[in-house]
Amino acid sequence: MYVAVKGGEAAINEAHKLLAEERRGDKAVPELSTTQIDEQLSLAVDRVMTEGSLFDRKLAALAIKQARGDLIEAIFLIRAYRTTLPRFGSSIPVDTAEMGIRRRISATFKDIPGGQILGPTFDYTHRLLDFKLAAEEGSDSEAPHVGNADLSATDALLDDAMPRVVDLLGHEGLIEEERPAEDDAEVGDLTREPMSFPVDRDIRLQNLARGDEGFLLALGYSTQRGYGRSHPFAGEIRLGEVAVEFIPEDLGFPIEIGELTLTECQMVNQFKGSAEAPPQFTRGYGLSFGHCERKVIAMALVDRALKGRALGEAVEGPAQDEEFVMEHSDNIQATGFVEHLKLPHYVDFQSELELVRKMRRKATDMSAESADDEIVEAAE
Amino acid sequence: MTQAAQNAGMQVDQSDVTGEAKAGPDPHYNFAYLDEQTKRMIRRAILKGVAIPGYQVPFASREMPMPYGWGTGGVQVTASIIGPDDVLKVIDQGADDTTNAVSIRQFFVRTTDVETTTHTEEASIIQTRHRIPEQNLSEDQILVYQVPIPEPLRFLEPRESETRKMHALGEYGLMHVKLYEDIATHGHIATTYAYPVKVNGHYIMDPSPTPKFDNPKMHRMPALQLFGAGREKRIYAIPPHTAVYSLDFEDHPFEVQQWEQSCEICGAGDTFLDEVVTDDQGGRMFVCSDSDHCNRHQEAAE
Repeated sequence: MYVAVKGGEAAINEAHKLLAEERRGDKAVPELSTTQIDEQLSLAVDRVMTEGSLFDRKLAALAIKQARGDLIEAIFLIRAYRTTLPRFGSSIPVDTAEMGIRRRISATFKDIPGGQILGPTFDYTHRLLDFKLAAEEGSDSEAPHVGNADLSATDALLDDAMPRVVDLLGHEGLIEEERPAEDDAEVGDLTREPMSFPVDRDIRLQNLARGDEGFLLALGYSTQRGYGRSHPFAGEIRLGEVAVEFIPEDLGFPIEIGELTLTECQMVNQFKGSAEAPPQFTRGYGLSFGHCERKVIAMALVDRALKGRALGEAVEGPAQDEEFVMEHSDNIQATGFVEHLKLPHYVDFQSELELVRKMRRKATDMSAESADDEIVEAAE
Repeated sequence: MTQAAQNAGMQVDQSDVTGEAKAGPDPHYNFAYLDEQTKRMIRRAILKGVAIPGYQVPFASREMPMPYGWGTGGVQVTASIIGPDDVLKVIDQGADDTTNAVSIRQFFVRTTDVETTTHTEEASIIQTRHRIPEQNLSEDQILVYQVPIPEPLRFLEPRESETRKMHALGEYGLMHVKLYEDIATHGHIATTYAYPVKVNGHYIMDPSPTPKFDNPKMHRMPALQLFGAGREKRIYAIPPHTAVYSLDFEDHPFEVQQWEQSCEICGAGDTFLDEVVTDDQGGRMFVCSDSDHCNRHQEAAE
C-alpha cells in the first residue's frame, strides 16, 4: 500500500522522544552534569569551543551533553547559537607573549629564556589503560598528589619573562617578518563576509582555526609525506591564559573584559629564498581556544603550506591549494552536505531512473541489431 | 556573551523538552530567528539578485539551527522576507508532509507564528526543495528554492575563481561542449534534473535540482523566484515574467520527461510522477509528486 514518507510530523515528534531517551540512557545510572563534562572532559570542551568559534565552557559542555558526545554535533549546536549573539566589536589583539604560561616547549632550542615547561601533557605517558580509573569510586584518593600548595610553588618557579621563541629568531632577521597590514583596524570575519579567493591571511587563519581537526591533521600529515613539503620545526608551542582587552566606544580606553585559555603553535620552516627574498625561515601559525595541541600544530603546517603560492613555490599538494583546503575545512558545512544524502531525493532519482531505462532500451536494441548482423554474417 | 543571553539559551532548551505549545513567536529569538541587521544584509543581496537576473550574489550566509544541505539558504531567504501577515507553504519533493518540509515549517511556526497552508494558491511564500508546484503561481507569490550547489559550471570547473570569470565573460563554451558530448555519446542530452537554463538571455543558471520537467514553469513565471544556497553563500533570483530558456540545440530541442502512466490516485496525466515500489515482485505504482495538486485533483473528480 502507498505509505512512503507521509505522516512526517508524527514521525518527527516520536523520533525526538526516542532521541531524548537514548541521550539519557539507563535512568539507574546518575545523570551526567555539564559541570562534570566541563571539568573531566575538558579537552572535548576545548575542541567544541575552538571549532564552534565561541569561548564559553558552560555552553560547550551543555552542547556535548545534548549531542550525546558527538563533538561535531556539539560544534553545530554552538555555531547555531553563536549566530544569534549580538556583536559589540573587535577586541584589541591578544598578546601571547604576555601569556600566563602553563606549558611551553620548543623543539628548536635545548634551552630558551624562561625554560621549557612541560605542563599537562600526554606526550610522555605510557598508553596503558589505567584500570584504577574504571573503579567508579575512590579513584580520587589514588589520584596523583599535586595539591594546591605544590601548584603555587611551581608557579612561583616560573619566570615572568617568556619571550616567544620565533621572536628570538626575528632579532637576527633569520625568519620572515610578519607585520600587521596597514589597515589593521578591520580584521576580516568569514562569518560576516563570504570568502572570495584569493583570501588574506586573517581570513585564512580564521578558516583554519574553525576548521575540522581531523581534516587539518590529515592535510598537515600529507605535507610531511611529500605533498607540499615545508621542512617544519615546532619553534614553540605554548598553552596558557591571556587577558582580553576591549575599547568601548564611549570610554575610549582599553578595559580588560576577561581571560582566554589559548594554545599557540609557531612553526618554523625552511625556505631556500627567491629572487626577492634571501634564504630565511618562514612561519606557520596555529591558535586555538583551550588546549588543542594537535589542532594548532596541524593548523600551522597547513598555514605554511598555503603560503606556497605567495612565496613562489610550486603548488603540488592538496594542502597548498587554497580553494581546496578552505572550501572543505569546515566540518559543519561538510557534515551537512554529506549527510543531506539522507534526505529524500526521489524526484531526482525518478528522473535518473527514466533516463537509465531509456538508455538501456537503446543499448538492448543496438546489441539485438548487431546480434542480427552477426547471424547474417555467419550465414554468409 | 551576556549572562542574560546565556540564560535565554538555556531556557529555550527547557521549553524544547517540555514541548509546550506557545501562542505567538518564540520570545527568545528575534522574529524569524535572524536579527534585523542580518535580514537587511540578505534583502540587499536579494535586491541585487533581482536586478541582475541569474547572477549569483555572494552573501554572508549565517549558521542556522538546521544542517547545511537541509535548506539553510532557502530558510535564510524566507526568514528575511517573511512578515507576520504572510502565509507560508513548505514542500520537499513536491509534498508538504515530507519530514524536512515539516521540520522547516515548524521552525517558522515557532519563530514567526505565521499562518501556514498546504494549498498552493493560498500561500504568499512557498519554500521548496526539488520541485515547482504543478499549479501556476501568481504575481502575489514568491517561490523560494533551496539550492545545494548554485554554480551550474561547478562540475565542469571546480574552482570558484575560474567559474566567476567564465560568467563575467559569458564564456559558456564548456557547457555547450558538455551537452554536445552527451548527444554524441547518447543521442540526447543526458541531464534530467538541475538542467541548466539561460536567464534573461545572459547568465547560465542552475535551477537547483528540480527535474527538467519543471524548467518550462520558470519561463515568464508571474511569481518572483528566489534561490538561496546557504553553505555556498550565494543568492540569485529570477524576477517575475523573465525569460528562462533551457539550453538545447536546434536539432536537439529541449524536452521534458513524459510518463506512459497517469497518477493512480487522482488520474492526472500531466504531472510529475513518483514511482512507488509496492512489493518485492517488481510491483510499482505511479503517483503525483505534488501532494497538494493530487489532493485537489482527487477532490474535483469526486
